[in-house]
Amino acid sequence: MQHAARPLKRPLWTPGVLVMLVFMFAGALAIIARFTGGIGYVTNLTNARPWGIWVGIDVATGVALAAGGFTTAALAHIFGRHYYEPVTRPALLTAVLGYTFVVIGLLVDIGRSWAIWKPMFYWNFNSVLFEVAMCVMIYLTVLYIEFLPIVAEQFKGRVNLPGILSGLNRLVDNLLEAADRILGKVMWVFIILGVVLSCMHQSSLGSLMLVAPTKLHPLWYTPILPLLFLTSAIAVGYPMVVFETTLATASFKLESEMKILAPLTRVTLFLLGFYMVLKIGDMAVRGTWSYLLDGTYQTNSFVVELLFGVMIPWVMLLFKSVRESARGVFTAAALIVGGVVLNRVNVFIVGYRSPLTESGYFPAPSEILVTLGLIATLMFIYRVVVTYLPVLQAPKEVSS
Amino acid sequence: MQITRRHFFRVMGVAGASVAVRPPATHAWESKAPPDPYGCVVDLTRCVGCRKCEEACAEVNGLPEPERVNCQCTIFETDRRPDHDAFTVVNRYYTGRVDEFDKPVPTYAKVQCMHCQDPACVSACIVGALTKDETGTVRYDVTKCIGCRYCMVACPFEIPAYEYHDPITPRVMKCTFCYDRISGEGGIPGCATICPTEAITFGRRDTLLKVAKKRVKDNPARYLPHIYGEKEVGGTSWMYLSGVPFEQVNLPILPETPSPKLSETIQHSLFSYLWSPILLFGALGGLMAWFNKNDNHPDKGGV
Repeated sequence: MQHAARPLKRPLWTPGVLVMLVFMFAGALAIIARFTGGIGYVTNLTNARPWGIWVGIDVATGVALAAGGFTTAALAHIFGRHYYEPVTRPALLTAVLGYTFVVIGLLVDIGRSWAIWKPMFYWNFNSVLFEVAMCVMIYLTVLYIEFLPIVAEQFKGRVNLPGILSGLNRLVDNLLEAADRILGKVMWVFIILGVVLSCMHQSSLGSLMLVAPTKLHPLWYTPILPLLFLTSAIAVGYPMVVFETTLATASFKLESEMKILAPLTRVTLFLLGFYMVLKIGDMAVRGTWSYLLDGTYQTNSFVVELLFGVMIPWVMLLFKSVRESARGVFTAAALIVGGVVLNRVNVFIVGYRSPLTESGYFPAPSEILVTLGLIATLMFIYRVVVTYLPVLQAPKEVSS
Repeated sequence: MQITRRHFFRVMGVAGASVAVRPPATHAWESKAPPDPYGCVVDLTRCVGCRKCEEACAEVNGLPEPERVNCQCTIFETDRRPDHDAFTVVNRYYTGRVDEFDKPVPTYAKVQCMHCQDPACVSACIVGALTKDETGTVRYDVTKCIGCRYCMVACPFEIPAYEYHDPITPRVMKCTFCYDRISGEGGIPGCATICPTEAITFGRRDTLLKVAKKRVKDNPARYLPHIYGEKEVGGTSWMYLSGVPFEQVNLPILPETPSPKLSETIQHSLFSYLWSPILLFGALGGLMAWFNKNDNHPDKGGV
């Protein structure tokens, strides 16, 4: 049976999608409240606690979990492991959507959303955030360019716009044709550029907190924080692909991709091991292990992150039996993904200590609704795209 | 995927040339502090908690009248912080000092932007809306601000405040050092002008340091031998003298290293002239050509 990426053409309005719509609606209401009453109206942010879950989860975690896009592109296209090509498209889609929602999350979070273009004209080369913003902006463009051939593949030669727009059919078709042809020749530039930009801003997201040495708990504040962010992003790339591909194939009742996913876990064993050695080595060199048993919620959060998010899944993957079972691989991948999520939340929220004011922060309900709403919208669009565009592998007889 | 040898060498040529022409900058980090800034010394042993400075500040900066403006008693029951309506506030602290009748003696401490010599907020600001001026003032340009609040994350003194309830045009709010006054001839900040006990002394930072050191030397029983702000985070334009430990009056213990030093060193050594991204691009291009050389026949295009 010949497999290829195909539109799934399944019914879109499943009960799960309706649940997503509820969250999307609630999130939209919270966003309307944010733009009428202000950030202070919907969040628990204060002068002592200027960044909450919109930065910690929507932005920092969103960027980390979209890392599957560049890691699979590097593997399949740069290192020539074409065997893995079937998973590059869903990973690319995750990255496109992930970064799009990072930007949408930022638009909600920054006070002057309408001024988001200003960093393009006012440059501060000392600012880590400036570099992150430039990289994210260019990388998002690169991701859309990388995704364009998938759109072209579906619509080339059969553009059929509705009603009055149908006069443009030929023009759009020609544009798609030309874009596809040109991109086919220069795509390698964008693929490499995507990897380079990812390495730059994935690491720099870790440098963000280095400007506040007295405010981040010493368990996380380390000069190698950018390196830890980069290695953890690279390590979480394949587990994230495993995680979402497993969920997608289960949800759409497609054939399992275990054949492709299983060898990825061997690479993960190496990449996660590297991150683990760095993280534990850093703790040993700086002597911060002395904090481990002081029982504060920050320390406990660090222990959970290291134990359940890094060490346990790494040990699990050492066993051949785990690596060969779909359930085992999925569990390990989910733990690794959870570990990176917790790490980003720890660095930006839990480990952040305001020096003068006690600022116990817990996100407000409407703050949480915005985040959930954005995630639900992301999942909804993912579902729409794989339904109508050739992203996932589907056997031919089902799709026709 | 098409990557031909010709493509590859062209890119490598460009990458190689850029790296050769512009070697990575390896300069050590240097302070960007202005040479002769203004400053203020706040002498906590002189402050009586009259809160006139709050009043003057509000007037000069066009802020609402301070909360319970004439109150010098119950207002001190809660510890206040500067916010979007007040660029400076005075707090009262009982640190265990007692007078000859064993009555606890309060220490009053005014708090405002310290106008650091190498400010973390200026380094952090994504658009350079915050700048350190020649006068020593850390100035805020609202026309550049996008509201990311990274300055607030960066500030070790927890100073910048935000207009959280403005949905569209919120501003970062903090002490202006009365820039419009001090940048003119003989101008003095509102708070320093009004202070009835001369607890706030305005002047050139170098001169102020001499004055402060002399006060400590002449009266060692009155002062701790430490000028807060002389060395904290690389030095601040506003400095404090006190008879009680500074951490007891909510002035945090800070390292002498300027906050931006580490992040700026990392950023500039990695990204000066974009040498590392260009090198990485070249290396990945090389690997791509190497790994894909066997499937380079013309009919194998596409991703």
